[in-house]
Amino acid sequence: MKYVDEYRDGDKARDIAAAIAAEVRPDRSYAFMEFCGGHTHAISRYGIEDLLPANVRMIHGPGCPVCVLPIGRIDDAIRLARRPEVTLCTYADLMRVPASGGLSLMKAKAAGADIRMVYSSLDAIRIAEANPERQVVFFAIGFETTTPPTAVALKTAEAKGLNNFSIYCNHVLTPVAMRAILDMPPTPDEPPIAIEGFVGPSHVSTIIGMEPYEVFARDYRKPVVIAGFEPLDVMYAILMLVRQVNEQRAEVENQYIRAVRADGNRVAIDLCDEVFELRDSFEWRGLGAVPRSALKLRDAFAFYDVEKRFAIETQPAEDNPACECGAILRGQKKPADCRLFGTVCTPETPIGACMVSSEGACAAHWTYGRFRTRQTDADLRRSA
Amino acid sequence: MSKTFRRKLDLKNGRVDMSHGAGGRAMAELISSIFKDAFGNELLDQGNDQASFPTPVGGRMVMTTDGYVVSPIFFPGGDIGSLAVHGTVNDLAMAGAKPLYLSASYIIEEGFPFGDLKRIAESMGAAAKTAGVTIVTGDTKVVERGKADGVFISTAGVGVVPDGLVLSGDRARPGDKVIVSGSMGDHGVAIMSSRENLTFETEILSDSAALNGLVEAMVAVAGPHLRLMRDPTRGGLAATLNELAHQSGVGFRIVEDRIPIKRQVAAACELLGLDPLNVANEGKLVAVVAPEAADRLVETMRAHPLGADAAIIGETVEDDQHFVQMTTGFGGGRIVDWLAGEQLPRIC
Repeated sequence: MKYVDEYRDGDKARDIAAAIAAEVRPDRSYAFMEFCGGHTHAISRYGIEDLLPANVRMIHGPGCPVCVLPIGRIDDAIRLARRPEVTLCTYADLMRVPASGGLSLMKAKAAGADIRMVYSSLDAIRIAEANPERQVVFFAIGFETTTPPTAVALKTAEAKGLNNFSIYCNHVLTPVAMRAILDMPPTPDEPPIAIEGFVGPSHVSTIIGMEPYEVFARDYRKPVVIAGFEPLDVMYAILMLVRQVNEQRAEVENQYIRAVRADGNRVAIDLCDEVFELRDSFEWRGLGAVPRSALKLRDAFAFYDVEKRFAIETQPAEDNPACECGAILRGQKKPADCRLFGTVCTPETPIGACMVSSEGACAAHWTYGRFRTRQTDADLRRSA
Repeated sequence: MSKTFRRKLDLKNGRVDMSHGAGGRAMAELISSIFKDAFGNELLDQGNDQASFPTPVGGRMVMTTDGYVVSPIFFPGGDIGSLAVHGTVNDLAMAGAKPLYLSASYIIEEGFPFGDLKRIAESMGAAAKTAGVTIVTGDTKVVERGKADGVFISTAGVGVVPDGLVLSGDRARPGDKVIVSGSMGDHGVAIMSSRENLTFETEILSDSAALNGLVEAMVAVAGPHLRLMRDPTRGGLAATLNELAHQSGVGFRIVEDRIPIKRQVAAACELLGLDPLNVANEGKLVAVVAPEAADRLVETMRAHPLGADAAIIGETVEDDQHFVQMTTGFGGGRIVDWLAGEQLPRIC
């Protein structure tokens, strides 16, 4: 495939791996967080860990929209879908996320709720047009990448005069979450996170540009390298991070120049500004309540706001106490550190959301990398 | 097998959801917890797509059954009628059998057009003729509108196995070579491209085809060296290799760069966020063969029109955890796992 295969070339990967190996200082270790689940997925799917020196560690961040959505919001969606007049449209990843009471959207569907999987927010519009007698709810989730399509769907509904379409808005903000991770106080039973730099978001940055990350370089002295989702992008971004650390620089650099502009996508930003405003606070799985970290519809669009139309009051719901999703999303633990990982929690029977989405750290490790867990002895020898 | 499935079905309160029909671990769990418990016997417990048994009058017979609910009913490269013949014939052929007789049971929704039904029946008849099998018995049921979706077809098939030939999913041994007969993922992508909510255009046709001719040629050249064959339908190559690894108690190591995948299929999968190794095929097979016969077998397969792109993609290894591991084109290693949940329902 043109424009894709070039970024998956094994020979070039070995060249970059050799450069990383030559430039890392043997007397120290490096720990970088890839914020996005897309990067986590690429690292696992292409076996990038096998190409990195033992003293470079990648910490998987919380950039998986499905993973950070708290159970209470899924419970809301199930309650909505069970209303006889409602057709709930959702991205497929959300179907299997465990909710309270052993439920999930998939199980609610099997029990009779009208739940449709859509590939695009505009599919939900089409369903609303085709079924004027139904109340069609679009379960909108995701970071800055999926926010503009939700705004487009709303504007389309408005232009078409659809009065049976509404949006359950769960859009969240990347830079705020990155900051929350860095600001997190250490806890007595969890090791501190020593993140020395970020592989910066790929698609998110095509929307928001580079400026929102400057705070990390300036105030926190953490380098950020915005990288594409292809494996060579990730490898090269890691090399750039190693160089910044070695040279004691902390800058926002852009590896993904073929798609990310410094000032982002102005049209998308303006559209989102028109439609959404900040919530005072939003609950994140793993990070807790984070102030000004999520979006809601502006009052001018209250007609399309599920929370107003159906008077939704999200009830807090507890995670399984043994589930380590929180610590894993914060980068404090690895999937294999969780007692549930691979025993009762697998992609077929997930306990935590990190096991559901293909972008989740646990699902990626289980699906692509669990053969490494048994290589513990070899790993120990390698890093010794 | 309990270790494979981890958590038991909730038989008291649970319900069937779409993942239980997706060909992955959830379906295997459903079969194990409900059907094997109810029907359990030595032949069923072998876990093959067909059963092979001696007949009272001598020789070995193979029997299979299959249901077809594909949506849409007509798709690029085939339809539910020809697919029903190909799927049934292939399940028989994978045991090394010569397929002979098929049954066809139609469950039709009230209001279904006669014209479509005739087109499906003719396509089914033509496919049977090409495959050299006869449809000798059938059944017709009509259900109220909304109780089915157009037409569902259920089949049975019987065939006979040449003397001395035993192919079964539990026969792979460390050192054996793994062969695929051609490009992976064509059928699934063809179906997806014709689904109404996925509007992308591709020239990919389903690979739906009867493989008994190819199998006959393979048995002729490598008979005693052949360990097993299976057609990687729902769940694709990934599901098939995982099933076989568990059945044979081995692991597999495959090489990504050796797996044939059409450029358009790879591109469509990229667009949809799918892995072609999880996407269904309806005219391809996976064979495991003793290493000494592998090269000759591939040569024979390539001489057949349905095996032109045949390739050795890896080998069987000892592995008590039955992992399917792959060296990626990028140079790293990863597991090739069953797909969790459903990728796309009603693919066959």
